[in-house]
Amino acid sequence: MKRALTFTASLAALASALPLAAQDVTITGVTVATGDGSEPVENGAVVLQGGKVVYAGSAANMPTAPQSAIIDGEGRWVTPGLFATVTNLGLWDVGAVSESNDIRAGGSPFSAALDVAPVINPASQHILIHRAAGITRAAVVGSASGSIFAGQGAIIDLGSDANAVTKPRAFQVVELGEGGARLSGGSRTSAQALFRNALLEAGEFERSGTIRSTGSAGTSRQGDDIGIDSRMARTSRDRASDVLLTRFDAAALVPVARGEQPLYVMVERAADIRSALALKKEFPRLDMVLVGASEGWLVASDIAASGIPVIADGLDDLPQGFDQLASTQSNIGRMVKAGVKVAINASAMENPRNLNQYAGNLVALTRMPGADGLSWGQAFAAITSVPAEISGMGGKAGVLALGANGDLVIWDGDPLEVGSSVVRVYIDGIEQPLENHQSRLRDRYRELDESTLPEAYDW
Amino acid sequence: MTTKLQTIAAGALAIALAACSTTGTAEAESASASQATTDTPFPSTYEPYPGAPTALVGATIYDGVGGRIDNGTVFFSGGKIVSIGGPDTPVPADIAVFDGTGKFVTPGIIDIHSHLGDYPTPSVDAHSDGNEATSPTTPEVWAEHSVWPQDPGFARALANGGVTSLQVLPGSANLMGGRSATLKNVPSRTVQGMKFPGAPYGFKMACGENPKRVYGNRGRMPSTRMGNFAVNRQTWLDAKAYDGKKRDLAKETLKGVLDGEILVHNHCYRADEMALVMDMAKEMGYKVSAFHHAVEAYKIGDLLRENDVCSAIWADWYGFKMEAYDGILENAAYLQREDACVVIHSDDANGIQRLNQEAAKAQAAGARVGIDISDAQVIRWITLNPAKAMGIDAMTGSLEPGKMADVVLWNGDPLSVYSRPEKVWVDGALLFDAMDRKRRPVSDFELGQPGEGDVK
Repeated sequence: MKRALTFTASLAALASALPLAAQDVTITGVTVATGDGSEPVENGAVVLQGGKVVYAGSAANMPTAPQSAIIDGEGRWVTPGLFATVTNLGLWDVGAVSESNDIRAGGSPFSAALDVAPVINPASQHILIHRAAGITRAAVVGSASGSIFAGQGAIIDLGSDANAVTKPRAFQVVELGEGGARLSGGSRTSAQALFRNALLEAGEFERSGTIRSTGSAGTSRQGDDIGIDSRMARTSRDRASDVLLTRFDAAALVPVARGEQPLYVMVERAADIRSALALKKEFPRLDMVLVGASEGWLVASDIAASGIPVIADGLDDLPQGFDQLASTQSNIGRMVKAGVKVAINASAMENPRNLNQYAGNLVALTRMPGADGLSWGQAFAAITSVPAEISGMGGKAGVLALGANGDLVIWDGDPLEVGSSVVRVYIDGIEQPLENHQSRLRDRYRELDESTLPEAYDW
Repeated sequence: MTTKLQTIAAGALAIALAACSTTGTAEAESASASQATTDTPFPSTYEPYPGAPTALVGATIYDGVGGRIDNGTVFFSGGKIVSIGGPDTPVPADIAVFDGTGKFVTPGIIDIHSHLGDYPTPSVDAHSDGNEATSPTTPEVWAEHSVWPQDPGFARALANGGVTSLQVLPGSANLMGGRSATLKNVPSRTVQGMKFPGAPYGFKMACGENPKRVYGNRGRMPSTRMGNFAVNRQTWLDAKAYDGKKRDLAKETLKGVLDGEILVHNHCYRADEMALVMDMAKEMGYKVSAFHHAVEAYKIGDLLRENDVCSAIWADWYGFKMEAYDGILENAAYLQREDACVVIHSDDANGIQRLNQEAAKAQAAGARVGIDISDAQVIRWITLNPAKAMGIDAMTGSLEPGKMADVVLWNGDPLSVYSRPEKVWVDGALLFDAMDRKRRPVSDFELGQPGEGDVK
C-alpha cells in the first residue's frame, strides 16, 4: 500500500513538473547567439512572450522587462534550438531491431508515396535524447530502399507532446549518383531514366486534373500551407499501360513536378551534381535541394549560380566511394565562400546530437593553413537558421528574431564546444523536460552500492 | 606454462596466473613482447624516419600519465624522449626549438580499435577484408594479412587526429576473429613497414549479437548467447590439449593467449555478458586485456577494476542495436569514478580523427554529474591507457624519458573542438606539419585524383 501511494505521489510530481503552457520568460546576463549568421553578443538578453520571441540581443537595448519570469543566465549562452536536417528521429527505436525500425521499406510496393508523417513516434527515446541535446526541430524522412525515391519527409518539433509533426509531406527525397544507380538497377543511366520517367508520369497525372492543391483549387504555395496531400488522388482512371510508377507514387510526385514540394536530391560526385543542376534546367519548376555533395567544392560556383541550397556532409574527408574522391572537411567552407547556402547534414554523423560538434570543427578549420572553414556565426547558422530556411521555416525556427517561435536553449558555455552542455530547452515558449532512458540510467548508476537493495529499487 | 593444464580446476591459482600474464612489470611485458614478435614469420621492418633533435618549449604539456606541466619543455633526440619538465629544463643549443606558447603537447594519440587497412576506403566490396565470416572461430587469421597500407584513412588519422599508433582488429562477426596488428601510423609500402616493433599480438573476440546472428542465420551454431559460450569454451579446451607436434595455426594463436603472450580484445557491449566472459577467462586461464564497445561497462566498473580489464568505449554512440540500447554519456566518468581503466576508441575511420574530442565529451558528461576528471587524466584515456591494454606502454603512450618520441603539438587545448594537431612526430620524425603542405602523406590511391594533396 505504501508503495502504491509513493507511486501515485511520484506520478503527480512528474505531472506537475511537466509544463503545460507557454511561459513568458526574460533571460538576462547571457551570451546570445541568434543563429542568423552573426557573431554572439555578450551581456545579452532574450524575451519570450506568448510562445514567441519578442526580443533577442544586447541587454542594453532590451525593452522594458515585461511581466514574466526572469532568469539570470549567469554567463550562460542562449541560442535558438538546433534544427537537424536530415534525420530519421521518431522512425526507429533500435537500429538493428528491424521490427522497431521504420527507416527502410525495401519490401514495400510504394516509394515516392511513402509518407513518414503518420508513423513518427513523438515518444521515441531518440526524440527525447535529442531534445535534451538542444535540438528542437528536425526534418525526418526514411531512406530510399526499394526505389530511387525515399518518400515524403516531415518537419517535426521535438516538444514533449503528442503532436510532433508540424508540416507533413514537406519534401520528397530522390537518390541519384551511386546510391541511385544501385537502387535503380545498377547504373546511373537507369536512375536518370527512372527519374525523368517519374516526373513525366506525374505530369500526366497532373494534367488529368485529379490532384488538387490544398486550399484553393488552383495554385498553391508552400508558405504556411500544409503540404499537398497527394492521397487525394482517388480516381482509378485508366493510365497508359507502360507506366512504371504506381498510381499512388505518381500522385505523390505531382507536387514535386509543380515545384510545390521541395525535392532533396542525394548526390556526391561533382559530375553527379552537375547532372542534378542540369535537371533543374530541364524541369525549371523543380524546387531542388542537394544533399551530401561531398565534391560540391569542385562545382561551388555552379551551385551558387543555380541558387540551389545544399545540406552537406560536415566532415567527410575520405574517399568513401568513387563518388567522393575529392571529399575534404573544407567542402562546406569553400561552398559558403562561393555563395552557396549550406546546412550541415545531420545524417552524416553518428547521431544528430553531434551537429554542434561538427559545426565547431568547421570553425577550427579557419586556423589551418590551406583549409576553409566557417566563422562561428556562419557555422552556428548552418545548424540553425539555414536548415530552418531550407525546410520552409525561415524566420520562424532556428533563429532568435522578433516573431520567431519560442524555441531556445540555455547552455552552460559555448554551444559549439564539446565540453558544453544543455541546461534548459524551450519549444514554442514551453520549457521542456530533459529526462529520458539515458538520464534515468545515469541516475540509477550514480553509485554501485547494493548493500541495502539491488539497483532495481533505485528509481 | 604447460602446468596450466593441471590448474584448470584450481580457480584461485588460475586467476593468479591470468593476472600475471599482463600485469607484470614493464620488463616482463617487454620480454613477452619481444618473444611474440621474434616468433612471427612476418617481422616488423619498421625503421623510424630521420628526425632532428627537437625541443618544444613554453607549451602546456599533458604527459599521458596524468600529469600536466604549464610552460613546459619536451626535448627529444634520436627518436626518444630525452627530457620533460618546466621552463628550466635544459635544452642543447643548435637544435630545432619550437615555441609552444599558447599551444599544447601530448603523447601521440593511440587508437586501440581501428579497421583502417582491413576495411579501407574506398569501402567497396573488393576492400572488405575485416571479417573471415565463414566460421565462428577463426583464430588462425591475422589482421596484418588484410591491411592495405595505401588506405587514405591512415594519413587522415595522423593529420587530423594526431594518431601515431593503432591496433587494427579483425571484425566482430566471429566469436574468435583472429590476431590484430599493432601499427605505427607511418606511410609504408608494406604492412611489415608499419608493424610496431616489439608489440605483442592482440586477439579479437566478440560477444553477443554479432556472432549469434551471423551463424544463427545460417542455421549453425552459435545461434544464441549460450551457444556463443559453448563454442568458445570447447575451443579453448581443445587448444589446451594441443601438443604442438603438428602445427595448427588456430591453436598456435590460442596457445599464445593462454601463455599470456597475446592480449585478448573482446568486443562486448552488455555488462552481464562481460561478467560471464571474465569468469570464462578465469576458467580457461587467460586474461581479457580490454572489452571493446563496452557501452554498459559503467554498470560493472567495480568488477572491471577488480579484474584489471580496460573498457574501450565511445563517448556517445548508442541505440544502433539492442545490446547498445543502454549506452550513456557518463560511461567513461563512471568507470573513472570506480578507478577502472578507461580507453576511448573509434572503430571508425572518421572517429579516429577526433578521439580527443570524444574524450572531451565524455569528460564533460562526468562534470555534469559532479565527477571532475582532470584534463591530464582525460588525455591518458587516449594515450597511456590504450598503450597499456595493447601491451606497448613500456615503449609509448607517455612523454617519459627513454620512450619513443611519439609527440603531438596541438594549436590549442586538445580537449577543445577548436584545436587541431599542428605537428606530429613519430619516433622523433616530423611526419605531419600543418604549416608545411609537403609534410603531409598522400597515399598511392589518391595520386592523380581530384583533391590530391588537399588539406582533407
